[in-house]
Amino acid sequence: MIEGMVALYIFMLAGFTGYEVIAKVPAILHTPLMSGSNFVHGIVLVGAMVALGHADSLLGQIIGVIGVALGAGNAAGGYVVTDRMLDMFKSSKD
Amino acid sequence: MDIIKLLVDVSYFAAIFLFIMGLKRMAHPKTAASGIKWAGAGMVVATLATFAYPGVIDNTTNLILIIAGTLVGTVLAWVTGKRVEMTDMPQMIALYNGMGGGAAGAISAIELFKGGEHAPVIMVLAVLGGIIGTVSFSGSLIAWAKLDGRIKGVLRFKGIQAFNGLTFLATLALGGYIAFAHGDATVVTAFFVLALFFGVMMTLPIGGADMPVVISLYNAFTGLAVAFEGFVLGNPAMIIAGTIVGSAGSLLTALMADAMNRSVANVLFSNFGEVSGGEAAEYDGEMKSIELADAAIQMAYAEKVIIVPGYGMAVAQAQHKIWELVQVLREKNVTVKFAIHPVAGRMPGHMNVLLAEAGVPYDIIYDLDEINNEFATADVAMVIGANDVVNPVAKDDPSSPIYGMPVLNVDEAKNVIIVKRGQGAGFSGIQNKLFFLDNSRMLYGDAQAVANDLIANAKEF
Repeated sequence: MIEGMVALYIFMLAGFTGYEVIAKVPAILHTPLMSGSNFVHGIVLVGAMVALGHADSLLGQIIGVIGVALGAGNAAGGYVVTDRMLDMFKSSKD
Repeated sequence: MDIIKLLVDVSYFAAIFLFIMGLKRMAHPKTAASGIKWAGAGMVVATLATFAYPGVIDNTTNLILIIAGTLVGTVLAWVTGKRVEMTDMPQMIALYNGMGGGAAGAISAIELFKGGEHAPVIMVLAVLGGIIGTVSFSGSLIAWAKLDGRIKGVLRFKGIQAFNGLTFLATLALGGYIAFAHGDATVVTAFFVLALFFGVMMTLPIGGADMPVVISLYNAFTGLAVAFEGFVLGNPAMIIAGTIVGSAGSLLTALMADAMNRSVANVLFSNFGEVSGGEAAEYDGEMKSIELADAAIQMAYAEKVIIVPGYGMAVAQAQHKIWELVQVLREKNVTVKFAIHPVAGRMPGHMNVLLAEAGVPYDIIYDLDEINNEFATADVAMVIGANDVVNPVAKDDPSSPIYGMPVLNVDEAKNVIIVKRGQGAGFSGIQNKLFFLDNSRMLYGDAQAVANDLIANAKEF
């Protein structure tokens, strides 16, 4: 789907994007942001779904279903705790 | 290029856009709350689109397993995430992060157990993603258990670093063998067992106070593992989202270590906290205590009060009472500000979360850099449950183990009130010179009870 050098370019640019997004963040948001980035790598769920969908052995299915459950847990848990934390940040002008 | 495949591609593209926009919004206090919702929408789009991914729904058994696994993982994590206390947030993040690492490891395992289906480059990426994801999985579980108080103390023995180094090399060697010579199921199993073991052994020697840095590091690890497995599966959403988290997480880890005046390598490989300061310096003079009523008068008649909260305040669940006290003072036209040290709480920003939970608006909460010059103009600085981060020896005593660590200039305030349970030293075992200064007064007691009594007293003036 993505070939050689193009993959490398994507890797580099995404790396800089991640750096830039975090670089100017005030310390008060470090914990929610770590939690938010923790949620974003919950995207591993889609990979686990694809891997399990193509599983052709019992072992593959067992590992696959564990992977899918773990990935879903990462995404759902990461979302809930980040949302709860960020919901509490209020300005005195609000 | 059929229409279904186009639909998947467009959905992944939209998901990545939503992730980046979401993270960007999360980087500003005003837009932060909506940021996670953008990212959440991206996740839903990507997940739904994956059902249309070529081959995913071809096998009915696998499809049922996918739906069942997703439901079980989602429900369990959702319920636990809703219930967790804000003070326990760091270990919960560790747990969810470990799950992501485990999922990346599982993808790697499925690919590697299939044998050599891929080109060598892809096999190398599958192996690397497998190591990193698996280490993040077992390491995060240990970090969670430590912060949650399920594992106490640290495991250290002579030569543990050499032992861990050898374990890591053995894991790499097995991985290389699998990537280039296509090892059988036994070799692949041994590879993952070793990687799991390495994650455990690498995390066990690290003290609880350093755990946030480690969790942040494992967060970056998981991101990188997800990106590598994304290359294996040819999945752009995983590649980009994983890489972004990998680099953002690395930067966050470095920022956290910086705030503690340590390097990441020092956190991982030193035995900090084992030799607690050697011979602790003794200071002339004694700690002087203050009566509740006097402390309340000082604060009620002050022009400016700066409150320095530490994790001890959160443990005592005193943040709500402190905010009540602040409101009483503000009615008396006292300017009140909160000063937060970068490592207050259990990770940077954790204290802000705990104060926000109590209802404290974020615009009276200041970082070390923003407020450190203001202590000199403060009538009262009140320290609650913080210790090493206000110790002036970090500024003027080169022989101190914490020398060079940035500290809050609490000692410059006209009056310093230190709310403390007893006379013990901080987690580093270092005596706090602040407590012995002429302008310092100790207010002994449980932080919540003290705050409660201060409210009652302050109202009378």
